[in-house]
Amino acid sequence: MAGGQERVLRRRIKSVQSTKKITKAMELIAASRIVKAQQRVAAARPYSEQITEVIRNLAAAGAGGDSPLLQARDQVATVGFVVVAADRGLAGGHNSTVIRLAERAVQAERAQGRDTALVTVGKKATSYFRFRGYELAASYGGFSENPTYADAKEVADLVSERFSDGTFDEVRLVYTRFLSLGTQKAVEARYLPLEQVEADDAAGPSADYEFEPSPTEILDRLLPRYAEARLFAALLDSAAAEQAARQRAMKSATDNAEELITKLSRVMNRARQDAITTEIMEIVGGAEALRQGGAGEDLLVDTIGGTGDLFPDTLEPHRAHV
Amino acid sequence: MPLEVQVVSPERILWSGEADMVLTRTVDGGEIAFLNGHAPFVGALGIGVTRIRPASGDDVAVAVHGGFVEVSENRVSVLSDVAELAGDIDRARAEEARTRAEAALRQEHDAEAEAALRRAHVRLEAAG
Repeated sequence: MAGGQERVLRRRIKSVQSTKKITKAMELIAASRIVKAQQRVAAARPYSEQITEVIRNLAAAGAGGDSPLLQARDQVATVGFVVVAADRGLAGGHNSTVIRLAERAVQAERAQGRDTALVTVGKKATSYFRFRGYELAASYGGFSENPTYADAKEVADLVSERFSDGTFDEVRLVYTRFLSLGTQKAVEARYLPLEQVEADDAAGPSADYEFEPSPTEILDRLLPRYAEARLFAALLDSAAAEQAARQRAMKSATDNAEELITKLSRVMNRARQDAITTEIMEIVGGAEALRQGGAGEDLLVDTIGGTGDLFPDTLEPHRAHV
Repeated sequence: MPLEVQVVSPERILWSGEADMVLTRTVDGGEIAFLNGHAPFVGALGIGVTRIRPASGDDVAVAVHGGFVEVSENRVSVLSDVAELAGDIDRARAEEARTRAEAALRQEHDAEAEAALRRAHVRLEAAG
């Protein structure tokens, strides 16, 4: 019946409206967090720039490159992958893009007959790979939105250790780069062995540095920090990208909800109007039918009028049965 | 010309500004001071207090738990993954940590407790 349809529609509109409220709130929260995440990315930059500069100076001074973190292996038997995704969903393609890229890379290595090992960061990555039966060397979670340096250190230490002791012969880092508010890109980069930072030849031996202790010794201390800083930068980038992706996803969800509400309201109003029109038509039709059927006589009043006195003043006494 | 000093941690720049002198301690235990016109220098820092004498105002003390220092062209950069400005140090907590570490050392001599004790000492020293 028409009234029933209207009620169903009203209920749906209400449910879409409350969904919209949630997505709108998430959109606003994500938008405010992007700013903070971007600031953290920017705040972390001086450290990594300085550390890179120091390494460059050390390289120029001929610091020995025999730190275990620099040694590329001739035979790569096991490739470790560090996959950085988010802890929570509702972020559009943020998680699936980076996870898909990682899975493809893993498959490519396997096709070449190498062993792979996964280190997942973020609950989404962990549950995806665990569900599909990949073996996880380690998994971390709970800090994807707000990674601290200590978190990065924990992951970097484990990975560096596995690399140094030969469990991994190479380590790749799969994460999302935050290029701008509108663009984030999942990338795969070599993490270990560390790229040799080339001495800046153009600048020449600009300064004869004094070193204390020796350049090689400083480099040995510096490289683990450098590895940590790189991982930290990847975590921060992914965190900013997560917020940006979430903001965009929630914005389009809110827009969709709005559109749906307009559409449903229109359908509901039409249904209501239809119901009212039908009702009026029924009343009018009914009245018309009655008027014509009674041939001008009103059923009640005319009949009453026609029979004269309906309530006589005096009632005839009951007659006895004859 | 004063020195341009930056104390940088991975998460943020802890302190930056102009200073007349920076005093710190390298990993081998030697104290070293940088004044205007110091020769280019790269060093690994041990656990200790780094003091900065700004161009104006009071000395700034930073508790540095390992890190690096680079000096070139009158720029001094202190890099440390664990560093705290004196103002940010919670004295009560540091003291508590010291007591705890001392108690642990009395029980058993392990490196971790020793490091914790050193850190607590440096914190308290920086906090003044």
